[in-house]
Amino acid sequence: MNRIISCTVNGKKKKLSVDVRQSLLEVLREQLGLLSIKQGCAVGECGACTVLIDDVPIDACLYLAVWADGRSIRSVEGESRNDKLSRVQQAFVDEGAVQCGICTPGFVMAATSFVEKHKHQKVSRYDIRRGLAGNLCRCTGYETIVTAVQKSLGDDDQ
Amino acid sequence: MFNFKSYTRAGSIQEAIQHLEQNPEAHLIAGGTDMLVKLHRGKAQFDHLVDIHDIAELNFITQNDDGDIVIGPLTCFAHVAESELIRKHIPVLAEAILTIGGPQVRNMATIGGNLCNGVPSADSATPLVALNAVVTIEGGNGARQMPLESFFLGPSRVALEQHEILTAITVTHDNYADYYGHFHKYAMRDAMDISTIGCSAVCKIENGTLQDLRLAFGVAAPVPMRCKGTESKVRGRKISPGLLDDIARAVTADVHPRTSWRAAKDFRLQIITTLARRVVGQALIIAGGKIQ
Repeated sequence: MNRIISCTVNGKKKKLSVDVRQSLLEVLREQLGLLSIKQGCAVGECGACTVLIDDVPIDACLYLAVWADGRSIRSVEGESRNDKLSRVQQAFVDEGAVQCGICTPGFVMAATSFVEKHKHQKVSRYDIRRGLAGNLCRCTGYETIVTAVQKSLGDDDQ
Repeated sequence: MFNFKSYTRAGSIQEAIQHLEQNPEAHLIAGGTDMLVKLHRGKAQFDHLVDIHDIAELNFITQNDDGDIVIGPLTCFAHVAESELIRKHIPVLAEAILTIGGPQVRNMATIGGNLCNGVPSADSATPLVALNAVVTIEGGNGARQMPLESFFLGPSRVALEQHEILTAITVTHDNYADYYGHFHKYAMRDAMDISTIGCSAVCKIENGTLQDLRLAFGVAAPVPMRCKGTESKVRGRKISPGLLDDIARAVTADVHPRTSWRAAKDFRLQIITTLARRVVGQALIIAGGKIQ
């Protein structure tokens, strides 16, 4: 039950043969080796598989790979430039927002989309928590993650 | 890998209807956030899928010449909640939708999928039922319309024939103009949770009098429901704290909550009476009413 899809993955054009029964998570991990994308709950509750489709965060576990045809996908593997971490990635490092690391790539992508959408807007810590409500972390207690997002927005004093 | 046996992709409403007619066992898949979870859990009744994910003609929000708001069922929740038309004219719908899932789910899940699943906890259903929304359905025998309220037949059962597809959700101008609403969801968490009870109230007031009230609950019965008994009792009453007391008392005669692992019937009744008072009270304040 295979189909050919064309999509852009982390800036590179790809032509992929995918089974219509495969999730985008499976194709990105198994065919392209993008192992940052984790299968946590597999039912859209934990956000560990968050990727951006046309800059919008989705759970790759609940997204059929065929739907990615003609679309642009971003995962954490494509966020650094010339060995320099993205602003959001660096803020996660600086704030100690990473502990065991399983949820981190999903959080970084959800946070990246939130930061891109709310650039130059005044947002509260509550707004950030709501923006990251689709991602679960069992280690950090979220405070350092929220602070990392605040820092990425260039707004540390709220 | 999801375990379904056949898959066809529809590019238009007509194609979707044809595929459904050709395979009596076929089910529609739209945003996938419910269907793929069911498939992940190995539900055998979803072996044959007709994929309507990318039917562009079902993804829109418009206002027609009569002022009616028309929502395409494949519009994702995030787009409904962010729509200027929705936020300006029927903000209670945006309010309700922002309590659904989390950002990723709202970017994928569609409003039509939420309604067609037919679950009593569908958070987009109560504001639309309170707004007297009408659904348009197209199938092998043409198109028909019905009130959303009668679209819900029972738990996970809606008034769609096998060959039919939901094609529009309409809130007519007379049903939202001069009406103000409020929504509240009672759940264990503020995100990524299913309603224990959902409540939408839409009201219209004039000179300190309640001209009209439409009060809807989710998970208070087998389907999202209106409290018609309560509504007719309080229409035309002066706005006062006593009015809210009467509404809180009256709703218990309208609702039929049940016990589930999520909450006991008595607890649900307690939430229902509390929300009736609070949500109607807040809707009255938003409408400019003074509860003194």
